[in-house]
Amino acid sequence: MRVTFTANGKPVEADDVWEGESLLYVLRERVGLPGSKNACEQGECGSCTVYLDGTPVCSCLVAAGQVQDREVRTVEGLDENGELGLVQQAFIDAGAVQCGFCTPGLLVQTDALLEQDAQPSDTDIREALSGNLCRCTGYEKIMDAVRLASARKCQKAGASE
Amino acid sequence: MSTRTIQGQKNLQDIRTGSPDGIGGSPLRPDGTLKVKGEFAYSSDLWHEDMLWGMALRSPHPRANILSVDISEALKLPGVYAVLTHEDIPGTKFYGLEIQDQPALAIDKVRYHGEAIAIVAADHPETARRAVKKIKVEYEVLNPIVTEEQCLDPETYGYVHEPHEFKSHGHGNICHSQKLVHGGGVTDEIRALADVVVKGHYEVGMQDQAFLGPESGLAVPAEDGGMDLYVATQWLHVDRQQVAPVLGIPEEKLRLTLAGVGGAFGGREDLSMQIHACLLAQRTGKPVKIVYARDESFFGHVHRHPAKMYYEHGATRDGKLVYADARLVLDGGAYASASPAVVGNAASLGHGPYNIPNVRMEAIALYSNNPSCGAMRGFGAVQACFGYETQMDRLAAELGMDPVELRQLNAMSEGDPMPTGQVIDSPAPVARLLQIVKDRPLPPPLDLDNLDVRTLPGALSNTSHGEGIVRGVGYSVGIKNVGFSEGFDDYSTARVRLEVIGGEPVAMVHTAMAEVGQGGITVHAQIARTELGVEQVTIHPANTEVGSAGSTSASRQTYMTGGAVKYAAEAVKAALIEKGRRRYGWTQTDIILLGGKVISEAGGPLVSIVDLLGDEAIDLTREHHHRPTVPFDKETGQGFGHVQYTFCANRAVVDVDVELGLVKVVELTAAQDVGKALNPLSVVGQIQGGCTQALGLAVMEEIIVKDGKVRNASFTDYLIPTILDTPPIPVDILELPDPNAPYGLRGVGEAPTVSATPSIVAAIRQATGIALNRIPVRPEHLTGTL
Amino acid sequence: MEFLRPATWDEALAAKAEYPAALPISGGTDVMVEMNFDVHRPSAILDLNRITELSEWQIADGVVQLGASVPYTRIINELSGPLPGLALAAHTVGSPQIRNRGGVGGNLGGASPAGDAHPALLAAGRDVFVEVASQARGTRLIAIDDFYVGVKRNSMEKDELIRRVHIPVADGPQQFSKIGTRNAMVIAVCAFGFALHPKNGTVGTGIGSAAPTPRRAVEAEEYLAGVLAERGLWQSGDLLGTEVIQKFGELVKAAASPIDDVRGTAEYRRHSLAVMARRTLTWTWNDYSKQIRSAA
Repeated sequence: MRVTFTANGKPVEADDVWEGESLLYVLRERVGLPGSKNACEQGECGSCTVYLDGTPVCSCLVAAGQVQDREVRTVEGLDENGELGLVQQAFIDAGAVQCGFCTPGLLVQTDALLEQDAQPSDTDIREALSGNLCRCTGYEKIMDAVRLASARKCQKAGASE
Repeated sequence: MSTRTIQGQKNLQDIRTGSPDGIGGSPLRPDGTLKVKGEFAYSSDLWHEDMLWGMALRSPHPRANILSVDISEALKLPGVYAVLTHEDIPGTKFYGLEIQDQPALAIDKVRYHGEAIAIVAADHPETARRAVKKIKVEYEVLNPIVTEEQCLDPETYGYVHEPHEFKSHGHGNICHSQKLVHGGGVTDEIRALADVVVKGHYEVGMQDQAFLGPESGLAVPAEDGGMDLYVATQWLHVDRQQVAPVLGIPEEKLRLTLAGVGGAFGGREDLSMQIHACLLAQRTGKPVKIVYARDESFFGHVHRHPAKMYYEHGATRDGKLVYADARLVLDGGAYASASPAVVGNAASLGHGPYNIPNVRMEAIALYSNNPSCGAMRGFGAVQACFGYETQMDRLAAELGMDPVELRQLNAMSEGDPMPTGQVIDSPAPVARLLQIVKDRPLPPPLDLDNLDVRTLPGALSNTSHGEGIVRGVGYSVGIKNVGFSEGFDDYSTARVRLEVIGGEPVAMVHTAMAEVGQGGITVHAQIARTELGVEQVTIHPANTEVGSAGSTSASRQTYMTGGAVKYAAEAVKAALIEKGRRRYGWTQTDIILLGGKVISEAGGPLVSIVDLLGDEAIDLTREHHHRPTVPFDKETGQGFGHVQYTFCANRAVVDVDVELGLVKVVELTAAQDVGKALNPLSVVGQIQGGCTQALGLAVMEEIIVKDGKVRNASFTDYLIPTILDTPPIPVDILELPDPNAPYGLRGVGEAPTVSATPSIVAAIRQATGIALNRIPVRPEHLTGTL
Repeated sequence: MEFLRPATWDEALAAKAEYPAALPISGGTDVMVEMNFDVHRPSAILDLNRITELSEWQIADGVVQLGASVPYTRIINELSGPLPGLALAAHTVGSPQIRNRGGVGGNLGGASPAGDAHPALLAAGRDVFVEVASQARGTRLIAIDDFYVGVKRNSMEKDELIRRVHIPVADGPQQFSKIGTRNAMVIAVCAFGFALHPKNGTVGTGIGSAAPTPRRAVEAEEYLAGVLAERGLWQSGDLLGTEVIQKFGELVKAAASPIDDVRGTAEYRRHSLAVMARRTLTWTWNDYSKQIRSAA
């Protein structure tokens, strides 16, 4: 079947999609967006997290046909006018990236968290990221990164007021 | 402050670096930007025009004879390009890291649940899945050999590898064994010297590396009859060494390039999909990509050896250890993998970081029809540490001593002999590390008036509002070797090139080191900056065009390949200065490179690197060999077997819901001597990550195998810690340089994984008063409901 | 395999009538795992995402009509007042990402004993109904007590789809607890839902992952309702006493018939059910007592 949807603001089209395919497979193998990662393909790791119509979801659990005419935003769409986005930069600066396989999903989920609550408590951060497994960092630097992104976001908001 | 660095008194050398991004700094990862943009090409992201998908048929039985394999129906499926069995292998049919005992595809029998029997190449993963299901295999199912008792009685229960096909150093179903005797060994006379004796049986479950990036890669057939393989691995050259003979091509015709690696932790030391993708590409003439799904990943790589251990310690009434007696039985599963090295570590490190005048130790690895086990972070030392540290706590209790004081009283330090006879000739601050974690202020007690259920055991599951919760504190310390041991020369190679690009001096570093996330490439750039006085460093993709870098394992890469980069950069520096001497007739002996200039330390700048180098490029390759080691004597375990030792101490604070048996680790502190932190940010990241894998082993991670069958090959049932399971991990870095190591550094990655598990179990034990002789600790252990 | 994308409820029923073997998909939590791991290859997949009313809820006559696809996140955010037990259960489902997409329809359709919503729905009382429909026979309401019929089997016909669930607005405190061997993102080793229904003098229980189907602890409910009535506790809000709490826990434990599996032993499941039953009863009764006292 053919599936057309919007990915990171651009219309995309995938042909010969097998009906059982996931959005994750379509993104990675058919429309040139391999940033979302295929770590577990059962919703147990969060590495494939993308925005679907503005809500973070596991793209491995979305059937390709379900995204027809809908909007998807992936890690590849988190930049701000070509520059690294605030959350992306914070993850690099804090040392939150090691192997980086969990990073794309964490970035989307963190982005969504800070959109909802620019100053989350540590426990709120832990709850929000509890669906994103990381095997390298022990999460400490990830906590640092989210706190850093939060501080920068608040600073930016303060400066623009 | 959560992270502190404590520098040693005797700094080996003043490492001069003109750049904040040199050694000792924490510059950002060179691959960080690509990784946060989603543009970093992991092995599962690779794509090639005309590419096929490979997939394997795996055995549902742990032990069976294969009576027939019928691939005809699979071949008829439209979109299927090849279906191969062992009969299609053009070269040798076996491979293996240390012992070539594993068939690339099963030959007439299967020895573990999940062993690959046939492989398929097709135009879509779904086509490949359908084809795999159409392959008909007739099995004669046999009783699997899975328990120690069964393995040690092959006459009754059978052989995993029949005697005529046995390739290992052992015999029967014993893959490898190592004994050790130190002092007077353990005899009745020695036992009589002890006032107090504690004995115990301990068990460690089968842990999985559970890296997030699944095994994957792309094999592309080349016009010269060779093959290009892009793969996520820990050691390119040893992959090549194992794959090329199976393909029947000379090694130089198999070119490997490292694709992005999504974590490794030992699980990529053995081959997984490499041979299969290459065989299918060779047969079809088309590029073939294989990506394991998560369930296949659990079958496709080796795991941490589960262990059954007996420990006996004797001590005087004032707490001095008199003897240690131990037997460690490690289940190596169907194929050898790294079992011999795991056994060597278990036997030579199994006494722990303690001075014990008399030691008797035996470690064996079994062949069985359980999943193969091999390398995982801290191997051999992890299992033993749970045994000896539990013993230390029990001994302290028996003696009425503080558990930290007992450990400190017996702690090794520099100059002390290992039970192997090897004298520790660099700092071994075991007692101090324990003191550091002990002196950390404890986290505040649970505030029952302001409970946030998310911070309690059970968290969001809403199992307690404060009921049943008891806090416990536990300590542990561990020892691990760095680098490959027992006479193995795991040298590393680096090529460094210095040239002027766009008016700037630029260094290029080329190695075959597998960057698996640890940050080795960051460190390579730091070393080049420091040695060559330049800012710009590019990292060449890792491939087999340059010499071997050895494995990214055994905490060795910064030591070995970092060392190689240092030596190559030093050679480039020497060549550049020599060029200056020839051109300018310099006679100074204090010339260094700093800030883009050639400088006489006494006389100041001589010339810029750009002007001196001109159009020339200096391009040199160097090998780094660590000091030689020797194999352990088979019966006595004596010998200078290890390159370097590393130590980490931990304190765990836990809250246990003692009624439900649920655990929340509240804090896990670590103190580790790293010699010299080349990149403190990365070092801390390694320690925190290592501690978290240890936390997983302590309370949740286990591959459950019943009668040889894996019961939980998924992330639904093989649980690794989430961010809600992981506590703050404050780290103290001690920097006491090792005079034998480049920059005085000490391998970092494994020690925390060795040491942290027992501290968590000790804390749970303190909270519950339950013995806990098995890890992972399950709620059933804590509630008496097994 | 067909991929069916009905735009309306009637179209969905027509599609299900034409393809009775079609597997409905909404949040994808279970269905896509089966796809990704080759567990199941249905002849058709029936996507329900376009049917907006499935993602809506309203309250009519003291009953919440909860669309089958209302995501758990919205149940937590919007319905923790009227459906406190279900909201607590929703909070334990998978991960935040899963909660953003999954709804009770998936739990009910799959009818796995481990589904987190089931204990809360059972505890919400006997007047909980699953509204299903088919093109041929129209709409029918299945009482929650008649819904679960076997391991991963419910009482729906092949041509039926779940439209919504009718759940009475809570008239008393409700709780939900779940055991997992991890502190987040975990499938229930076992779970327990509990609700006080002061209006009709009953209590509700629900046991998850400890029997072939989600089930009620009937004797425990009757015992407790009896004690509350006999001693006038609904009116007084007085302490229950440890004996009652203990007995209730034992009866809940006795109602389970769990098995040993990789997630836990039968013995542990029984044990922890008793603990959860005691605790959730204590919490709800403390809340209820406070309400009585503050009303007095």
